[in-house]
Amino acid sequence: MVCWDPRIEEMPQEELERMQYKLLKSLVYRLYSFSPFYHDRMKEQKVHPDDIRELSDVTKLPFMFKRDLRDGYPDKIFTASQEELVRYHVSSGTTGKPTVVGYTQNDIDLWTTSLARALTSCGLGRGDVIQVSYGYGLFTGGLGLHYGAERIGATVLPTSVGNTERQIELMQDLGSTAIACTPSYLLHMGEVAEKMGISIKKETKLRTGILGAEPWTEGMRNRIQDWLGIKAYDIFGTSELSGPMFTECAEQKGIHIWSDIALTEIIDPRTEEPVAPGEKGELTVTILRKEALPMIRYRIGDITSMDDSPCPCGRTHPRIQRITGRVDDMLIIRGINVFPSQVEYALMGIPEVGQHFQIVVERKGALDDMLVRVELNRESFSDKITDIMAIRQKIEHRLRNSLNVMAEVELVETGSLPRFEGKSKKVIDKRSL
Amino acid sequence: MDTQKFIIRQISIFSENRPGRLAAIAHALGEENINILAFSIAEANGFGVVRALVDKPEKAHDKLQSLGFNIAFTDVIAVQMKDQPGGLYVVAKILGDAGINIEYSYAYSGKEGAVLILRVDQVEDAIKKIRNSGAVLLERSVFH
Repeated sequence: MVCWDPRIEEMPQEELERMQYKLLKSLVYRLYSFSPFYHDRMKEQKVHPDDIRELSDVTKLPFMFKRDLRDGYPDKIFTASQEELVRYHVSSGTTGKPTVVGYTQNDIDLWTTSLARALTSCGLGRGDVIQVSYGYGLFTGGLGLHYGAERIGATVLPTSVGNTERQIELMQDLGSTAIACTPSYLLHMGEVAEKMGISIKKETKLRTGILGAEPWTEGMRNRIQDWLGIKAYDIFGTSELSGPMFTECAEQKGIHIWSDIALTEIIDPRTEEPVAPGEKGELTVTILRKEALPMIRYRIGDITSMDDSPCPCGRTHPRIQRITGRVDDMLIIRGINVFPSQVEYALMGIPEVGQHFQIVVERKGALDDMLVRVELNRESFSDKITDIMAIRQKIEHRLRNSLNVMAEVELVETGSLPRFEGKSKKVIDKRSL
Repeated sequence: MDTQKFIIRQISIFSENRPGRLAAIAHALGEENINILAFSIAEANGFGVVRALVDKPEKAHDKLQSLGFNIAFTDVIAVQMKDQPGGLYVVAKILGDAGINIEYSYAYSGKEGAVLILRVDQVEDAIKKIRNSGAVLLERSVFH
C-alpha cells in the first residue's frame, strides 16, 4: 500500500481518538472564547468547554445546520477576518439562499492534504493525468480536486464542466488516466463519446473515476465500470466542510474519513441520539481544525452508516458507507419513507432499462401517486407490445418489492429524460402539502 | 425453397404516447426522401409502437437512430389478398389451417390489390406453408 502520510493513515485507532479529543477540546475552547455565535450556542445548550472531558462528550455540544450558514450570510459566523482569508467559495443555493465559505491558507492546506491522501489511496499519483470535470469557480469541486491532484504530483487537465465533445477529444489527445466529475456527467460523456464513434473503454487511457457530488449506487458503479472500463471511486464532502475531501481507497468498501481532520457521528435524525454501531442514520461531522469557518456537529443531512472495522488496505481511519439518501430528499409516499436512491438501486438491477429515471409524485384525491419514468434500453426494444408491457410489469414488481409502496412505471424513449451536468434533479413533487 | 426473398424488413419504432411523436418520425423520413409504403400504430397505456414498411429501411433505421429513437428491424411477410368481400377470410383461413400464429398484422392497399402484412412467430415455416397452400406472397423486392 502506498500512503501519502503513513504515520497518520496507519495510526492505531486509540491514538487517533486521543488526538481527536485533544483537537476537539482546543477547538471548543477557542470557539467559546472567540466566536460570539458559538459561545451563545453553547450557553443556550448549557455546556461549557470544561464539560468536554472525553471524546464521547462531543454529544453534549450543540448541532450546526445549513441554516446557520444561511442566517450568517455572508460571513457573520466566520472566525477569521477577511485579511486572513485566501479564498471564498459560494454554494449553489439549490435548497435556499446561497452560503459562503471562507478559507485561510491553513484551511486550504488541510483540504488539499485530505484529498492528497484520498487520491493516493485510489492509486493515483505522479504520472497520472487527472481530468477535473467538476465545475471550477464558486463550486468547490473543481478547485478542490485541482489542488489535491497537483499536490500528489499528477498532471491536471482542468476541463471543468460542459463542452463535452471537446472534453472527450482532450481526454484522448492528452491521455487522461483519471477523471473527477459527477457520475451522471460521466454517463453523459460516455453517451456523447459513443455518438462520436469513440469507445472510452477501448480508445482512451482512462482507468479511474473519482465520482460524487450527487447520490449514486453500487449498481451505477458496476455499470460505469463495465461500460467505460474504469475503476470508479466514491468521493464525499460538502462545501461547508471545505469541499470534496474524502474518497474510497482501492478496496472500494467505504470512504475513509481522516480522523485527525474530522470527527463523525451517526445520529437518528428524529431523536438526535447516536444510532447503534453500524446502523444507518444522519451523518454529523465536526471538522477538528478549520480556522475560518469551524463546523461542529454539522448536520449534513446525508443518510449513511459507519464502519470502523479494519480496512484491508491497512488504513485505520473509519469508513462511511455509501450515502443512501438525504434527510430532506426523503419522500413520504402514503406514509412510507422512500429515497430516490432506492428507486435507482432497484432499476440498476434491471438490464432492460437505462441509467436515467425521474420520479413524479402527485396527489390524486387523498392518495399519493408515484410515477417512475424510465428509459427503455435500445437493445430491449421489441416490436411487440406484449414484450414491452412485460418489461414494465417487471419493473413495477421490482419497485413494489424494494420500496414497499406501489409505483406506476412509464417507459419513455431513450434520451428523453433530462440529463444534468451538475447535481441531478430526479424528483418532481407536484403535491401541494 | 428460397424463403429469404419473401422476408420483408419492417422498421419498428418505440414512441411515447404524446403529441408530435409521429410527426417527428414522419418528418425525419420525409427529409431523407424515404417513402412509407405501409404503416400501423399499436398503442398501449403510455406508449406505442410505430411499424412501417419503407422503401429504404437501412437508411430509415440509421436516420431515426441518430435522432435517438429506439428502433429495430422486424421480419414480416406480405400476403396478397383479393380486393373483394371475403378476401381476408381466404387468407386468414389458410393461415389458421396451417397452424400459423399471427402476432399482429395490418393491411396495405398495394398497387396490384390489397396486401396483408403479417408478423408471425416462425417466419420461414410460415412462408413455406403459405406458399404450399397456394396463396401468393409478395417478394421483398416489391417494397425495397
